[in-house]
Amino acid sequence: MSDALSTALPPVKRRNAELVMLLLAIGVTLFAFAEAGLTRNGELPPGLFAYGVTFGGLSLLAHVFIRFFAPWADPLLLPLATVLNGLGLAMIWRLLDATGDTENGSAMSQLIWTAISMIVFALIVFFLKEPRILQRYPYIMALSAVVLLLLPLIPGLGMTINGARQWISIPGLGSMQPSEFAKIALVIFLSGYMVTKRDVLSLASRRVKIGPVKIIDLPRMRDTAPMAVAWGFCIIVMVALMNDLGTSLLLFGTFLAMIYVATQRSSWIIIGLAAFFGACLALYPLVYHFSVRVDTWLNAFDPDVYNGELGANSQQLVRGLFAMGEGGILGTGLGGGKPGNVPEVQNDFIFTAFGEELGLTGCMVILLTLALLVQRGMRIALASRELFVKMFASGISFLLGFQSFVVIGGVTRVIPMTGATIPFVAKGGSALLASWIMLALLVRMSNNARKPAPQAIQDEGATQVISR
Amino acid sequence: MNQPIRRLALFSLALFGVLLLNITWIQAIQAESLREHPLNNRQYVDRLTVPRGPIVAGNEQVAFSELDEESEMYQRVYEGGELYSHVVGTFRTTGANGIEQTENSFLDGSDSRLVVRNFLDMLTGQESQGATVNLTIDPAAQQAAMDALQATGKHGAAVALDPSTGAVLASVSLPSFDPNSVSSVTDSGTAAANWGELEQDEAQPLLNRAFNQTYPPGSTFKIVTAAAALEDGATPESTQDAPEVLNLPAGGTMPNAFGAPCNNGSPDSLAHSIEISCNTSMANWAISLGEQKMAEQAEAFGFDTGEMGIPVPVAPSSYPSGLDDSQLGQTGIGQFDVRATPLQMAMVAAGVANDGTVMKPYLVDSVQGPDLSEITSANPEVYSEAVSSSTAEDLKDMMLLVTEGAEGSGTNGAIPGIQVAGKTGTAENGSGATHNWFISFAPADDPQVAVAVVIEHGGGSGNELAAPVARSIMEAVINE
Repeated sequence: MSDALSTALPPVKRRNAELVMLLLAIGVTLFAFAEAGLTRNGELPPGLFAYGVTFGGLSLLAHVFIRFFAPWADPLLLPLATVLNGLGLAMIWRLLDATGDTENGSAMSQLIWTAISMIVFALIVFFLKEPRILQRYPYIMALSAVVLLLLPLIPGLGMTINGARQWISIPGLGSMQPSEFAKIALVIFLSGYMVTKRDVLSLASRRVKIGPVKIIDLPRMRDTAPMAVAWGFCIIVMVALMNDLGTSLLLFGTFLAMIYVATQRSSWIIIGLAAFFGACLALYPLVYHFSVRVDTWLNAFDPDVYNGELGANSQQLVRGLFAMGEGGILGTGLGGGKPGNVPEVQNDFIFTAFGEELGLTGCMVILLTLALLVQRGMRIALASRELFVKMFASGISFLLGFQSFVVIGGVTRVIPMTGATIPFVAKGGSALLASWIMLALLVRMSNNARKPAPQAIQDEGATQVISR
Repeated sequence: MNQPIRRLALFSLALFGVLLLNITWIQAIQAESLREHPLNNRQYVDRLTVPRGPIVAGNEQVAFSELDEESEMYQRVYEGGELYSHVVGTFRTTGANGIEQTENSFLDGSDSRLVVRNFLDMLTGQESQGATVNLTIDPAAQQAAMDALQATGKHGAAVALDPSTGAVLASVSLPSFDPNSVSSVTDSGTAAANWGELEQDEAQPLLNRAFNQTYPPGSTFKIVTAAAALEDGATPESTQDAPEVLNLPAGGTMPNAFGAPCNNGSPDSLAHSIEISCNTSMANWAISLGEQKMAEQAEAFGFDTGEMGIPVPVAPSSYPSGLDDSQLGQTGIGQFDVRATPLQMAMVAAGVANDGTVMKPYLVDSVQGPDLSEITSANPEVYSEAVSSSTAEDLKDMMLLVTEGAEGSGTNGAIPGIQVAGKTGTAENGSGATHNWFISFAPADDPQVAVAVVIEHGGGSGNELAAPVARSIMEAVINE
């Protein structure tokens, strides 16, 4: 318990600090809008007032809501999410509306999704008083995660976009990416499952020795079943059937992180990584989509690869890098660049648009904001007292961080491009909604972690009545 | 479970650390080279609205920008059409090549040396302008080379250098193309289609044969063999066996082109062997010198020293390695796997002309800012000390015999009243009729120009086809 005490957060509310930071976040957003409009069209964006009122108003409402229903929540979470969402919104407006390119959607639909997301955020914070109740339904969560992931495979419902089968179309509502929600369900399942199976996964082992030297503690064969299931699912279903490398990488990475948090055994990570990369190597020549991604990553600047056939060339990646190079350290200013040179820039490659127009400086701000959000999440995990919540908070935080790494690392050529969205920033309703759901869970868990422990009603006497 | 959470937090932070380092690398360190990457067409598209500096040869603007009133874009105009196309290159909406590409940052004014001026222009509301690039090309020599080469009706290339500096005075490659047909900004679709056609054309009009195509140099390479022999202690009077047909040591035979022994069956002197272009004695020289000395001499002239940028890229020329004695003999007369660009063979001639010192070739004489202030200026550099000056003197005398001797093999290179040192070449190749070469420099006592000419699949002799081209280029330079 002393361990938990040392990691406890100070029992202060800091709601006014949150308000100030939130106003700053809204200000940054509106300023970004104004700058983009002035640079592009020489006038303030006609919808600036409407956007400002809607976006600013909703964020402020979220803040008021937190004041009432989660007063002890971490004050950084909402402003960080707001500034990311706002910058994303402004950039989408600049990329689509300001250039008259309305075929690819508009900032208005992103704003509507922001509103929906914030409402769902409020509902979760309000109704989910104790996140640990989620622990009761691990297998339902697992099942729903699998169903969500497999939905796009149903003929008639599923859609293939850019080679990956990760979308479903809902008549009247447009397209959804159910895997975004499956990730959350999976983290809930893994948290519940690992908490119960933690001991057997971490203690039972076979020690491998060479002479007297201990090499590694390997888990028992039968305990590797969950690993085998996760691996099989990620490889066979996600990569082979759906071509969805991004989700596969994300899920497996999160799985490894969580099993490590639960067991504190590096052998799980070694086994997992070996199995995953082994499978990748084996599949590399077989899955066309896969080898294309690796080839365009390694030989991006080869003119033959650059000018290769549609869907198999490195044009998007390389043009993204050119855009970032164009931006340099300070960028061209919002609206001053030509991010439209990168195909489909409003989706995964929105980071390169920031790179071009806000430069290295702006990109660093975005990365540091994301990193700070992740670190606050990890801090909540440390401060929480219940094992399930610790697992859950660290799982969600890692998911947010790893997802940012996978997509930004992909567009900046650290790793092969896999297709994923920057949390809060990128265009897309499902991704945005999923991000806000994760934020709601973090807000709720941070509130519970920072709330002072129940006070004794009386100062003396042996009997204490605890109220919860 | 706090410790693993802490580690996970650190790991997440490390992931962001990697991203931060990477974007710093991309946006701060690599940004410049990304902006100038050949695949990056932003540098061309974005800057069509900025007046680009002219490219000048002699006193003529061979490429300049003109404002198209209607579209408010600057159209690049190439005066002289296909005459300068391979050197100057093209500036298209989809890319650039040649000097247009390598000097882009000067021409469009983005070079850091122009930044202060541009900033001042911005403050005073003046439109910023690109710098002027002055080429080393001599328009008269360039025109003479083009005319003479076109008169042969064949594909080929010609290069002329100033032996004492390395300045490229002329560089022509045929077939050529008109850069104006691929650079329209108002009809960029047609321009791009024309470019695509040129790229697909089997005659390879876009290939700059003078710098980027290698050929077997044939007998012109005998100068290198002779240089190696002289450096090894031989004199022009030293002899080797020179039969009509040489039985090569590791199998195979080599005949003389003229179907006779070189000195009535007696061993032939080095000087006479060069004069009449004797194959058998030169092969014997190569065999007796050995692969290493041959390779070292070739390298001293510039073979096997990798790609060069002058500043446009030049393909490497090569002398083979791991030879048996038969192959070694063949390399002595520039056959087997010896490959040379026309520029490389011009460097051989220029090296001999310049007392054995090869100067590094260059195309840009100077760059001037919009206010005519000099921004950079060429600084001739020594490329290599290929041979000693006494060896160079001996080689020059031998090469004089080629155009002036009683049995000279390159008499068509001679110019009345001026001493011309030359060497012919007729190179066998795997793909058709022989390539015909001539390398030379003049005037022999005070060389002003060194030339290499190759006629692709000419099927004649170097004297017949290439020497007249070389002569008219030399005349154009000397008569100025």
